[in-house]
Amino acid sequence: MSNNNSENSNNHAVIALQAIVRKEVTRFSRIWMQTIIPPAITMGLYFVLFSTLLGSRIGQMAGFDYIQYIAPGIIMMAIITNSYSNVVSSFFGAKFQRHIEEILVSPVPNYVILLGYVSGGICRGVIVGILVTLVALFFTDLTIHSYSVTFIVVILTSALFSICGLINAIFAQKFDDISIVPTFVLTPLTYLGGVFYSIDLLPEVWRQISLFNPVLYMVNAFRYGILGHSDIQVNYALTMICVFTVLLAFISHELLKRGIGLKT
Amino acid sequence: MNNHTLALEITNLTKTYRGKVTALSKIKLHVNEGDFFALLGPNGAGKSTVIGIISSLVKKTEGQIKIFGIDIDDNFERAKSLIGIVPQEINFNQFETVSEIIINQAGYFGIDRETAKARTNDVLKQTQLWDKRDEVSRNLSGGMKRRLMISRALVHKPKLLILDEPTAGVDIEVRRSMWEFLSKLNASGTTIILTTHYLEEAERLCRNIAIIDDGEIVENTSMQALLQKLRNETFVFECATEVKKMPNLPGTEVKQLDSRRFEIAIDNDRNLNQIFKILSDSGIQVESMRNKNNRLEELFLNLVNSNE
Repeated sequence: MSNNNSENSNNHAVIALQAIVRKEVTRFSRIWMQTIIPPAITMGLYFVLFSTLLGSRIGQMAGFDYIQYIAPGIIMMAIITNSYSNVVSSFFGAKFQRHIEEILVSPVPNYVILLGYVSGGICRGVIVGILVTLVALFFTDLTIHSYSVTFIVVILTSALFSICGLINAIFAQKFDDISIVPTFVLTPLTYLGGVFYSIDLLPEVWRQISLFNPVLYMVNAFRYGILGHSDIQVNYALTMICVFTVLLAFISHELLKRGIGLKT
Repeated sequence: MNNHTLALEITNLTKTYRGKVTALSKIKLHVNEGDFFALLGPNGAGKSTVIGIISSLVKKTEGQIKIFGIDIDDNFERAKSLIGIVPQEINFNQFETVSEIIINQAGYFGIDRETAKARTNDVLKQTQLWDKRDEVSRNLSGGMKRRLMISRALVHKPKLLILDEPTAGVDIEVRRSMWEFLSKLNASGTTIILTTHYLEEAERLCRNIAIIDDGEIVENTSMQALLQKLRNETFVFECATEVKKMPNLPGTEVKQLDSRRFEIAIDNDRNLNQIFKILSDSGIQVESMRNKNNRLEELFLNLVNSNE
């Protein structure tokens, strides 16, 4: 009897998860001109600037052509911003229009809500990442050094920033609140996270300060997956990403459980 | 306690916002399985707070709620699977189609996609939204949006359906078709709790009633017992010819409206036949007669005013 209950409960959770993920993927696919194409164009412009116009003047970095060196960072930047913005805008939109209540009044466990929205963010992050990679291939050659590291970093990073987007949306009370973090936190961290340079080029003080930037670990781990080069130990970077992901997943689950920003 | 199975059992439910504003004060409420129950009260009385707590959108301060015997503190997910909620405000995604909204909702209740599609078709036919199934929901009329929320609440076949002012702002034709639909649904075994401002609606549909005011239940009884509490009722009589002089009608208060119409407030213990006989003996021919106010409306005002 209790086995049956547990089986039903698991089956219910899987179906509910599929429903949330399908809804999320349908949402960003329906507005692909706003969600999928713009990052490909923006990142394509980086490639234009740093390959033909500036890249040849900058020369090599860590033994790679400059455009080849920055391509993984630019792909990672697209993954980070899109997984974040997908969840923050979708979840806050659901709160604002009140259709988040459809899920809240249903017997959906909080971990399924978390997993569902994060999976939606991962899907968009990965799709945009693939698209930006295809654009990058017009400008440089990219071969994958380690499939496993590349895969793990992409999934974990997009999961981590999807969770960040969810936390932002949970606390947001107006539309301004969902643009503050991307503008004042996410963008500076990304640009200063070793996307365009090796931290070995920085003076020691700035190099040490850079080590506090979580994006640095993601960009370098991903660069290792693609090029086989990283400014920091890959195992250490992967451990840091895992720790941040688990910690923030726990925090966001607690917020959902307590109904912060959702229930009065 | 009676022998009925309780669909909803609320004990000492209290809600205090920020430790200051008391929205509900130790309310107790029992709704039997199969009942059609009205929860009435003026604006801000606490009706939506009760529904919010039952549906998990509002956190209770203290008290106990059981849905078909399941304590929401022990197994809220199981309890929620038995309830369908139709909220007061529109709360679906305005960019999704009618079918998408209902199929997604079925998914949240653990219903597989094929079954969800079949059930969506069924409920849309029942609520006469079938031809709008592929329409983006924001394009629907107000009445259709209400029916969409009812369809959505029914897709998982809840045993208890709670409707928070479902007919607010819809025209009389839609309202009457909703009444018919809800009556059929109740006859098929679904317990229904209804909040409404249309007291005629409650009187017509519901068998039992609770009146909530200022966070407290001021009345909880059967509709019949409540209506019997009316001390008197006022009727408007329309006569076939001009009435020059009204005869003496003991136990009534008479007010002439114009030459052919007058109001008579009649005590409940008076027999209407006696009134008609006196009028007829005086040569007054009554052409039509109607209640001046909805009976429940009079009682409701009495109860709410006496609570102030």
